Order: sequence, then structure tokens, then C-alpha cells
Amino acid sequence: MMERPKVAFFDLSCCEGCQLQVANLGEELLDVLGLIDLVEFREVMSETWEGRYDVAIVEGSVVNEESEQRLREIRRRSDLLIAYGSCATIGGVNGMKNRKPLPEVQQEVYGERADWFPTDRTRPLHQLVKVDYFIHGCPIHPQEFIKVLKSALAGLPYQVPDYAVCVECKFNENVCLYDKGVTCLGPVTRAGCNAWCVNNGNVCYGCRGLVSNPNRAGAEEVLREHGLDAGLIANKMLMYNAAMEPCDE
Amino acid sequence: MSRNVSVNVEFLTRVEGHGHIVVDVANGVLQKAELQIVEAPRFFEALLQGRSIFEAQHITSRICGICACGHSLASIQAAESAIGFSPSAQTIALRKLLLHMENLDSHILHIYMLAAPDLLGVQSFMGLMPEHADAVRRALRMKKACNDVCDILVGRHVHPISCVVGGFTKLPDVRQLEAMHALLLQIREDLVPTVALLGALKFPEFERETEYVALVSDEPEYPLLSGDVGSSDGVRKVKEDYRAVTNEFLVPHSTAKHARLSRGSYAVGALARFNLNAARLHPAARQAAAEIGLSAPCHNPFLNTAAQLVECVHCSEEAIGIIEQFLEQGIDQGEAVIVGVNENRQIPVRAGHGVGAVEVPRGILFHDYEVDAEGIIQKANCVIPTGQNLQNIEDDMHKLVPEILDRDPAEITLALEMLVRAYDPCISCSTHFLQVEFVGR
Ligand code: SF4
Ligand code: SF4
Ligand code: SF4
Repeated sequence: MMERPKVAFFDLSCCEGCQLQVANLGEELLDVLGLIDLVEFREVMSETWEGRYDVAIVEGSVVNEESEQRLREIRRRSDLLIAYGSCATIGGVNGMKNRKPLPEVQQEVYGERADWFPTDRTRPLHQLVKVDYFIHGCPIHPQEFIKVLKSALAGLPYQVPDYAVCVECKFNENVCLYDKGVTCLGPVTRAGCNAWCVNNGNVCYGCRGLVSNPNRAGAEEVLREHGLDAGLIANKMLMYNAAMEPCDE
Repeated sequence: MSRNVSVNVEFLTRVEGHGHIVVDVANGVLQKAELQIVEAPRFFEALLQGRSIFEAQHITSRICGICACGHSLASIQAAESAIGFSPSAQTIALRKLLLHMENLDSHILHIYMLAAPDLLGVQSFMGLMPEHADAVRRALRMKKACNDVCDILVGRHVHPISCVVGGFTKLPDVRQLEAMHALLLQIREDLVPTVALLGALKFPEFERETEYVALVSDEPEYPLLSGDVGSSDGVRKVKEDYRAVTNEFLVPHSTAKHARLSRGSYAVGALARFNLNAARLHPAARQAAAEIGLSAPCHNPFLNTAAQLVECVHCSEEAIGIIEQFLEQGIDQGEAVIVGVNENRQIPVRAGHGVGAVEVPRGILFHDYEVDAEGIIQKANCVIPTGQNLQNIEDDMHKLVPEILDRDPAEITLALEMLVRAYDPCISCSTHFLQVEFVGR
């Protein structure tokens, strides 16, 4: 019989909410654990592992030299690397600091001791190493996590949906927020969350990143129709997508 | 005794975030006991500058995945007080329900997954499986139930969706109230064997008299979402004066700031709340305390885990009470807010300054915002419970190490890890402080 694949979880700079989503699978977690040999997961276990990982699942973004080295080391020791959560896939909220001069940001939080705590521009993982699978979202959607993990274990590709959240939103029969005079990033954001936020009465903040071919003209027309300022959208987009390089967009 | 001991735990496990414990004993004399916080800072206060007050809750809940609901609630409280908005009685009751679920969920995670392995002598939660499969399944079931309640109430537990400045963007209907009620009854049932389990465990014996800080109030209710800030040394201040309580200072070995009040350090968290407010607990929680032998005042930091369990009973009973009341009197669906970032100006905005103080799982959490007339944040400050506990943890280590110096290094290391874990530190939260005053040491 084949040996069970060695899987490890790692966290860089983040809120650890995505690993919590994994822990929150409940008893379903036990089924997942039955398929793998979990060798490292610092938040819930003290064991560590010296060997090679079949799959490394990495959360959080790279914000300093130390995390960059850790990520490169993890990549070197893993056959497959899965980036999970917006922090890891697009930079996430950590990326907002990229739009300000770093010394100003440091000064704001640590004052005259700013130099004690060095920091760097925020980067999602694929800007530094090769990423084999992306699980978008802030936080990740537990069912998508299972789908991706199963694909990775079976050696199959996983296609991230490349249509807008609006598609899922319409399936859920929500009243469109634009009709209520509110801007929503659904038209330009990658689906896959089943329009989670809109279903719960809020707007889409774009946490899954932009679709590869956003319909800019269409979005602008909607804004014009409702008399809304395009600056609102641009500003909202920076909440999650500020760390994307121009070439990523 | 002349003995050299050097403990160096890199990347403490089974805690949230990244920390090291460094202890140095030379010739039997303790030279150094530090909890080094090496989590990379994420600079939230700087990120908030220039963003709308209506986005603050969405952003700050990302400080921490474990207590995302608590950050949301503190953030909303600060935001509403900055713009002068008063929430309705229905909103306050639903927020209390959310906070109870937050404390319950986080405490269960800590008791079963992070602390129990230490007390039962295994390395991790998974190690409990062979001999304590029932406990593992029970823990997962309870966590799932907490999550399911949060899913219904606010869309999800990690980064709640529908609780916003002004109220809730979506309100539960009767069927959903009944579903939450059923889940909570199941939690109530599962807490019975949990109390029995913890009552049977042996906690390390250690005591250090400490100053405890928590919300206090003259109302009969156990204060979690409102009240003044009080301490066991007799300090009492309104929450707007929180800086005079926290007195933050920086130390080079930690990206999180430290705090002190009347003495060199103070403690916040379940044990602090229990010590200050035990008489206000739900009767069922007081009974659970008696069953596991916990009484106030208690000066053994390891028993923070026991105080968390007592709070679990309290929170589940209170949550059941809130839902039953709504089932009786109904929910006014007309109160649902449509705000987005308030583009349609549903909620009036004005310039102002507001502070939120909320008892989240690890202790009292402060959010503080200054906004301009457009509701744009000019300045933000967050003081997180784990930061407030750091100095106290180090002071505990200073007393504990000499008491256990005759044990072998592995045992000393484990005792120190257990001590730190007992505080349930959330290191990823604790590195997002502002507060630029520096107090030298
Ligand atoms: S993506 Fe969101 S939930 Fe996941 S770690 Fe980052 S901030 Fe937390
Ligand atoms: S814009 Fe937002 S609310 Fe409207 S359909 Fe798209 S996702 Fe739904
Ligand atoms: S609706 Fe938008 S912000 Fe919400 S989870 Fe989906 S992609 Fe993320």
C-alpha cells in the first residue's frame, strides 16, 4: 500500500483565520486527517518534521526578510505548495500598507523605536516562489479547501472559477446592491464563495481577487447609471488587492 | 545550588502567532526570563488611517481569526461612539449573543485543543485520539455548533459579515432562532462531561498574587460588552481613560507592547474576570466553578483554563436566555441596516473620538478611533489583551523558574510552555499596537 502523503501547514504574516477555517470543519476534519499524514501544524500540534513534504499548505503573506527565507525553505522541501487565503494568494489586507511609504507606516505604530521592527513591502507567495494551487478568500471557504486538497492529493488540477461573484449572487436571487445605491465589487471579483457577503446583507469587498478579464466598461457603466463615483470602487479595491503587481492584474 | 539551565523554545507551539520563550539560569541564579514575540508586525493602525469608519470593523476583524467577532464588536463600539450613534436594544442583545458565542468557541478551542494535551501528557490534540476519542469528538462537535450559530447569526465566525456599524445587515427569523436554540442546547449537554473532565485533571500548583484588570459594573450582569475598567487593586476608570490603565511600553524582544498599572504588571482574561466578577456569573456557572474547585480570588495562572470553562457555562446559559427571549417577543426585521460604506448616508456622521472596550476571550480589548466630519479615520489605536498579559507572564516565569529549578530541563521547559499557554496568548493579535509613547526600562 502507498504511504500516506506527508502534509504540513505553515503560517506567515496573517490572522490565522484560514487555518481556523480548517479546524472548523468539525468532525469532517477527521475524515481529511484520515487521508493524510499530518506532520506539522504549529498552531495545534507540537510535533515537527525534518523530512520532505508532499504537500505544504501556506497561509499569510511575506512582509519581511525572515518570512521570505522561511517561504523559500518550505518551497525547497515541498513537492506541492498550496497558497491559502487572500494574504497568501493576493496579499490581502496586509497589502494596504504598500500604498504608503514604509517608514511612515512604521513610525505610526512604533514611533521612535520604528527601527527595532523592520518590515518590507507585502507580497503574496507567487511573487516569490512557484505556487501549485490557490485557495482564495478571506477567510477561505472550507468546502473549497477540501476540493483543492483532494485535487492536490490526486495529482489533478484545480480550476479557480474565473467568472464574477455576480453570477453566484444572481443564482442566490439577492437584490443587487447597486439598486440600493451601494457599490459592490461583485462584478470584478472572482467567484467561488457563493457570494458569501452579499447573501448576508453586506457588499463584496473583493477578497478573492480580480477575475482575469474584468469587464471594466460594464462596471463603469453601472456606476454611471447609478450616479456613483468610480473613485469609490478604486478605493475599495485597494482593501485586498493593493499588493498585486501591475503584471498580476 | 549552582546550576545552569538554559531554555530556548523556538516557535512556541499550540498558541496563535509566533513567540519564543528564553530563560537563562547561571550558577543557580535566574538571569533572564523572556517571552519573545517575533510575529511580524502588520501595522493595522496605519492601515486604518484614511479608511471609512464603516470599513473599520471589516479591516480590524482581520487582526485575528480566533477573536474576529470580538474585534468586530470593539471596533463597532468605538466607531459608533465616535460618530455619536446609539444602537437599539435589539442590536445590543444580538451583539451580546455574538460575544457569548465568541467566548465559548475560543475557550473550547483553548481548553480541548491547546491546554488539554498538556494536562493529559500528550503532544497534541491528535494525540488524545487513542485514549480520549470521546473528548475529541465532543470538542469538535461543540466547536462546530458554535460555528453553526455564528453562521446563522453573522454569516460566519471567522470575520463576521452581517454585524456592522448601526446594527445587523441581516436578522434571524423564527426558524433560525430555533436552529440556534437547538445548537445551544446541545452545547449545554456537552459541557456537562467537559466540567467532569476538567474537574478530574490536576493543574500545576503555583501561585503569584497579581493585579487583575477587567470590565466592572454596578449592574447585576457579568460585564462583557459594557462597563468601566476596574482592577483588583481598586482602580476604576471610564473606558475612555484606558491609556491610564494600559500604560504601554516597548521592549526590544517583543514586537508587541507591554503594559503595567499599579504594579510592574497586571493580568487580563478569564481568571481576571472571574476574580473581579464571580458573584455576577450565571448560577449554573457558579455551580460549575464549585465542581471544579475554583473560587475567587484565585492566584494560580494555570487555572485560567478552569475559569474559561466556568465562562463557557455562563456564556451558553446567557445565550440560551437571549434566544428564548427573542422567541417569545419576536425580532423586528425592520431594523436591518443597508449601509455598505454608508454611501446613502443612512447613518449620520460627524467628527469625533470614540473608544470601544470589550471582554474578548483573552481579556479586555480596546479600540480607539478619531474620525473627521466625513467619517474618515485620522488616528487609530488598538490595545490587545495578550500584550497586556506579556509582562505578567514574564513576572510569573521569574517566580516559577526558581521553584522548579531542581527538575530536569525538559520538565522545566514544559512547565514554562504550559504557563504561557495557560494565558491563551494570541500572539498574532498582540503585534498590532500603536501608542507611540516609549517608557524606558
Ligand atoms: S486571508 Fe484573511 S482570514 Fe486568511 S489569514 Fe489572511 S486575513 Fe486571515
Ligand atoms: S454587484 Fe454585488 S450585489 Fe449586485 S449582483 Fe453583483 S455581487 Fe450581487
Ligand atoms: S462576497 Fe466578495 S468579499 Fe465576500 S467572500 Fe465572496 S469574494 Fe470575498
